Amino acid sequence: MRSEGATAPAHSRPESMVLPAWIGRTALLAPTYLWLALAVFLPILAMLAFSFMAATPSARQPVVWTLEHYRAFIDKPYLVPVALTTLRIALVTTLLCAALGFLVALALVRSVAGRAREVLLVLILLPFWTNALVRTFSWTMVIRDNGLLDLALGPLLPEGATAGFLYTRAAIVLGLVHGYLPYMVLTCYIALSSIDRDLIEAAQSLGARWWTVLGRILLPLAMPGLVSGAVLVFVPTVGAFMEPRILGGRVGMTLGTVIEDQFTQAFDWPLGASLAFTMLLVVLGIMATFAGILRRGGGLGLAR
Amino acid sequence: MIAAGRLLVWGAIAFLYTPILVLIAMGFNASPLYELPFVFSTRWYEALAENRALLRAGTNSVVLALLTTAIATPLGTMAALALARGRFRGRTLLQLLLLPPIAIPWLIIGTAMLIFFFWVGIGRGFHALLIGHVALALPYVVLIVGTGAAGIPPELEDAARSLGAPPLRSFRAVTLPLLTPAILGAALFAFAVSLDQFVVSYFLATPGHSTLPVQIYGAIRKGFTPEINAISTILLLGSMAVILLFLLLARPGRSHGQG
Repeated sequence: MRSEGATAPAHSRPESMVLPAWIGRTALLAPTYLWLALAVFLPILAMLAFSFMAATPSARQPVVWTLEHYRAFIDKPYLVPVALTTLRIALVTTLLCAALGFLVALALVRSVAGRAREVLLVLILLPFWTNALVRTFSWTMVIRDNGLLDLALGPLLPEGATAGFLYTRAAIVLGLVHGYLPYMVLTCYIALSSIDRDLIEAAQSLGARWWTVLGRILLPLAMPGLVSGAVLVFVPTVGAFMEPRILGGRVGMTLGTVIEDQFTQAFDWPLGASLAFTMLLVVLGIMATFAGILRRGGGLGLAR
Repeated sequence: MIAAGRLLVWGAIAFLYTPILVLIAMGFNASPLYELPFVFSTRWYEALAENRALLRAGTNSVVLALLTTAIATPLGTMAALALARGRFRGRTLLQLLLLPPIAIPWLIIGTAMLIFFFWVGIGRGFHALLIGHVALALPYVVLIVGTGAAGIPPELEDAARSLGAPPLRSFRAVTLPLLTPAILGAALFAFAVSLDQFVVSYFLATPGHSTLPVQIYGAIRKGFTPEINAISTILLLGSMAVILLFLLLARPGRSHGQG
């Protein structure tokens, strides 16, 4: 029986000089967590502090504290439709990823077996770990007017017409779905591959049709995968700014691009900080709500 | 049904690889405006060899990724071992603290780092990029090595110790060899995380100390030439090779890998 960790084996002999377990443990843990504190947790606290400042602090002016930036959605009415657009883009992206990801994962589990299945899964996951910026940029060559999409559809299109849809919201959604689909395939695949085949065969032999199998067995059992996939897709798409910039052009104003602007163009850091912190609260709220499912749903370990 | 399923899987793969193949192909197209028909040419790769700014950013990216790997791998491995051994108070909290750097949108993390580094005088530049990239890579290393460590029966090390081996020796002789695939996998993953990072780098880079993705983003927004395709192709194939190697070594989702 192991009650304490391996650092204090039950059969350690009295004459061996062993340091208390917590000292070794602290020494092992400290570098990682100090680094994370310096580079992630303290910065987030600093951002919170900044969001209450009237202006970016400088040597000449004393710091003035204010709540005004948290009234941004009232004081700057243009932000409301921007926030709604952002949510709509994220929701549509998540729904499309869920539908496609579930079907692809199901097809993978049911139609392919053994080694081939593993290879196909790797093929699907591989683009996910390549540079998102480069992939997004590449879509502009496909969907612009007279791009590759027009070339492919050429004979079907009326003279002078174009199928290109660069600089639309649909283009943003396309880029985001492309970026995050592998996530959903992975989480659904993990959930679906653990379903016992006999369960489905039993249902079928008892006369269940495919929609009964889908609705009563596959969907409920895949739900943890779907939910954790949805969270993992929704959260980064709410914060996306590069895809809207490149694929959305002038219609591509989202909360992400507004926040980016405060730091790179407008230099209103406190406003940017308050918007970013608001977004963070939403994100943390979502993750806390689904924390249990996220842990069981798996796939989080290799996120992004 | 089975044929339809296979069609769907291959359709998804075609969708996922379309931009990647287009990117590679257009880097070999002679037209500077991405015009068709396709005329094969290597002129953009030749132009790339002359493009100092892109090449310097590329060198920066590789050096940064190597340093990130060299720092994050040992530190993360240490933490993973401490977390894998035994239960102690605060362990669950420490494990939970690994998730925010992974799950919070990079936009938020990047701007928060910018604010904090500005505030405390760290500023921007190569050192700021290194601090940021190591922080982004650390949680992945801890999780990947932790998964590997969980697959090693603790009885093995106990046995070595009960036979008289001091802790460090039993670690070197028993645990480390079993853990090597996971550590190598974690190192490759850390390298890929750093090499592909754009958002956080974007807020921490300075014109003199830029990374390849930041430089590419600038070029895309200012107007660009297929040189961008050429360098992007190299970046893309490089990170795909690294990740494939990682998948071969670490086999995520499988039980602890045997050689």
